[in-house]
Amino acid sequence: MTDTPLKTTPKATGGFDHLIYVLRANPVTLLAFGMFALIMLSAILGPALVPYDPLQTNAAKALHPPSWDHWFGTDNVGRDVFSRVIVATRLDLWISVAAVALSFVVGSVLGCIAGYWGGWPDIVLNRILDTIMAFPLFVLAMGIVAALGNTIENIIYATAIINVPFYARLVRAEVNIRRSAGFAQAAKLSGNSDVRVLAMHIFPNALPPMMVQVSLNLGWAILNAAGLSFIGLGVRPPTPEWGIMVAEGANFIVSGEWWMAVFPGLWLMMAVFTFNLLGDGLRDIVDPRKRT
Amino acid sequence: MSSGSIVSSTCARCRPVKPVSVAAYPRLRAVAFRVAQSIPVVIGVVVISFLLTRTLPGDPAAYFAGAAADEASIAEVRKALGLDKPLIQQFFIYVGDLMQGDLGQSISSGRPVATDLASRLPASLELTLTALILSCGIAIPLGILAATRPGSWVDHLCRVLVTAGVSLPTFFTGIVLIYVFYYLLGIAPSPLGRLDFIYLDPDRVTGFYLIDAALMGDWETWRGAAKQLILPAITLALFTLAPIARMTRAAMLTALSSDFIRTARAAGLSRGTILYGYAFRNALLPVVTTLGMVFSFTLGANVLVEKVFAWPGIGSYAVEALVVSDYAAVQGFVLAMALLFVALNLVIDLLYTAIDPRIGFSSK
Repeated sequence: MTDTPLKTTPKATGGFDHLIYVLRANPVTLLAFGMFALIMLSAILGPALVPYDPLQTNAAKALHPPSWDHWFGTDNVGRDVFSRVIVATRLDLWISVAAVALSFVVGSVLGCIAGYWGGWPDIVLNRILDTIMAFPLFVLAMGIVAALGNTIENIIYATAIINVPFYARLVRAEVNIRRSAGFAQAAKLSGNSDVRVLAMHIFPNALPPMMVQVSLNLGWAILNAAGLSFIGLGVRPPTPEWGIMVAEGANFIVSGEWWMAVFPGLWLMMAVFTFNLLGDGLRDIVDPRKRT
Repeated sequence: MSSGSIVSSTCARCRPVKPVSVAAYPRLRAVAFRVAQSIPVVIGVVVISFLLTRTLPGDPAAYFAGAAADEASIAEVRKALGLDKPLIQQFFIYVGDLMQGDLGQSISSGRPVATDLASRLPASLELTLTALILSCGIAIPLGILAATRPGSWVDHLCRVLVTAGVSLPTFFTGIVLIYVFYYLLGIAPSPLGRLDFIYLDPDRVTGFYLIDAALMGDWETWRGAAKQLILPAITLALFTLAPIARMTRAAMLTALSSDFIRTARAAGLSRGTILYGYAFRNALLPVVTTLGMVFSFTLGANVLVEKVFAWPGIGSYAVEALVVSDYAAVQGFVLAMALLFVALNLVIDLLYTAIDPRIGFSSK
C-alpha cells in the first residue's frame, strides 16, 4: 500500500460513468458512503440530537443494562452511554481529520520540494523520513505526546508526524516521475514559474492516489487516537471519547457489565471500517488495477 | 517475478555448499553495505529520542528536583543532570551514557531504566512472537488457499477477515475476548499477568515462561503459563492476521499467473511442487516485507494488549510510567523499541538474500 504507485491513469473522460459502474458493481462501496454520511451526521448534529446530556451523572441509574430508555445502557456513574458514544464522534473525527489534514499539507509540500528539485533536500528528507519510519509508529506517537505534554493538540501533532512519511513519499514519487514530462516542460516554456508549474500542473496529478491514502489513513488515525486515549494520553475524563470509554468499561467487563465497553468499541470499529471500505472503494474508482 | 525466475528459483534450491569465492564476495559486500545503511538510521533514532527527552514540558530540572525543591536545589539538579551545558554537549553526554547502556533512572521503580526494560522484555517478546507465529500459521495458508481458489468461500472468508481485521481496535478485541472466554464461558483464566498466583515462577533461564517451565520439566506451570498467554496472543494475532493474509493472497496471485508457473505446469510438474516449490517461493519476498511492517504495528499494539491483560511486559511498563510522568522510563522504552525495530528490519533484509539470491541492496 505504501509502495509508490508509479502509474495511475485516472481517465478524464467517462470518469463519472466509471464511478456509477463501480458503485453499482460494488454495493459495499455504496454502503460505505451511506455509513460515512451517518457518521458525518452524528458528528455535526450529534450533540443536538442525543436524548441525554453526555456529562449528566445520575447515581440512581448507575450500571443499568441497555433498555428502551437507555439504548446502550448507563455507565458506572449513571451517564447515558448512547449519548456519550454519539457525542464522542465529533471529537474523534476532529482529531483524525485535523491530523490527516496536517500531514497531507506538510507531506505534500515536502514531497513536492524533494521530488521536483531533488538534490540535497531530497536526500535530507529521505533520511528524516527513514528515521521516523524506523520507530514503531504508535510507540513514537506515545513518546511525542509524553514529551510535548498530555493534551488533545499534541495527540493531533503526534498523529500527524507519524503519518507525514506516507504522504511525502507518495507525492515525491508522483512529482518525480512527471517533473520532466512533456506537459510540465510545455508549461515551463510558456513562462510559468517553477512553483506554478509544480503547484498547478504537476501536483494535481498526485491527488487521486492521495485521496485513497487519506481515506485509509483516516481510519488508522482514529484507531491511533483512540489507542492513545485508551492508555490515558490526550483526552481526559469525563470528556466523551471512544478510547477512554472503552478503557473505563474495561474495568467492568470482568464483572459482566459489557455494554460500557462494547458499544463505544463497536462504534469505533464501525467508523474505522467505514473509512477502510471507502478507501478500498476509492481505490477501485481511481485505479481499478490495484484491486487485491 | 519475471520469466527468468524459474532459473533462479532452481538455483536457489541447489545452492552449492561451498560457494565459489567470486560469487560469494558480492553477496558479502551487499550484506556489509546493508549493515552500514542502518547506521544513519540508528543515529537518527538516537537524535530524535534525545530531542524527545530534552523537550519535556516545563523545566526538566524542576521536575526531577521534585515538588518541594527551592531555587538552589533546582540549580543543583540542573548541574547534576548536565542541563546547564550547551545542547550539543548534552547530546554527546547522552550518547556516551547510551554507549554504557545507561538510559537514566526510573522514578517510579527507583532502578535504572535499562535494568527494568531488560527484566520485562522477555514477557513482551514471548507474547509478540507467539502471536506472530500464530497469525502466520493461519494467515499464510489462508492466503494461499484464497489465491488458489479465487471466488470460493475461502476467498470470501479471506476478504472479510482482511477488511474486518484492519478495522479492529486491538484493545477492544482483547476486552471482548475477555468477556466471552473469561466471564461468559469461564474457560480462560483471569486476565491478570503471565501466571496465576497459585503457580511459582519458573527459574529464569531465558525469561520465556513457556521455555523455562519446559526446561524445568514443570508441565503444570507450563500449562498455567500457556493458558494465560493464549488470549492476549490471539488478540494480537487477530490484529496481524489481516495484512499478512492480504499480502500472501496478492503475492500468490501474481506468482501463479506468471509465465514460469505456466511453463512448470506445461512441463507436467506436480501441483504441490508448483505451488510450494515455485509459486510460494517467489511469493515469499513480499510476504516477508509485510512481516517487517506488521512487526512495527505489533510493537505498538503490544502496548495496548499488555494494558488490557495486565501483562508485565515493557509496554505496560511504559503505560505505568506515562501515568506517573516517569519520562526517563518512557523515552527509554521508545528508544529500545526503535532499536529493536531497526535490528529486526536489518534481519529481514538479510533474510531476503537467503530467500531470493537475485536481490541486490545497491539497486534499492
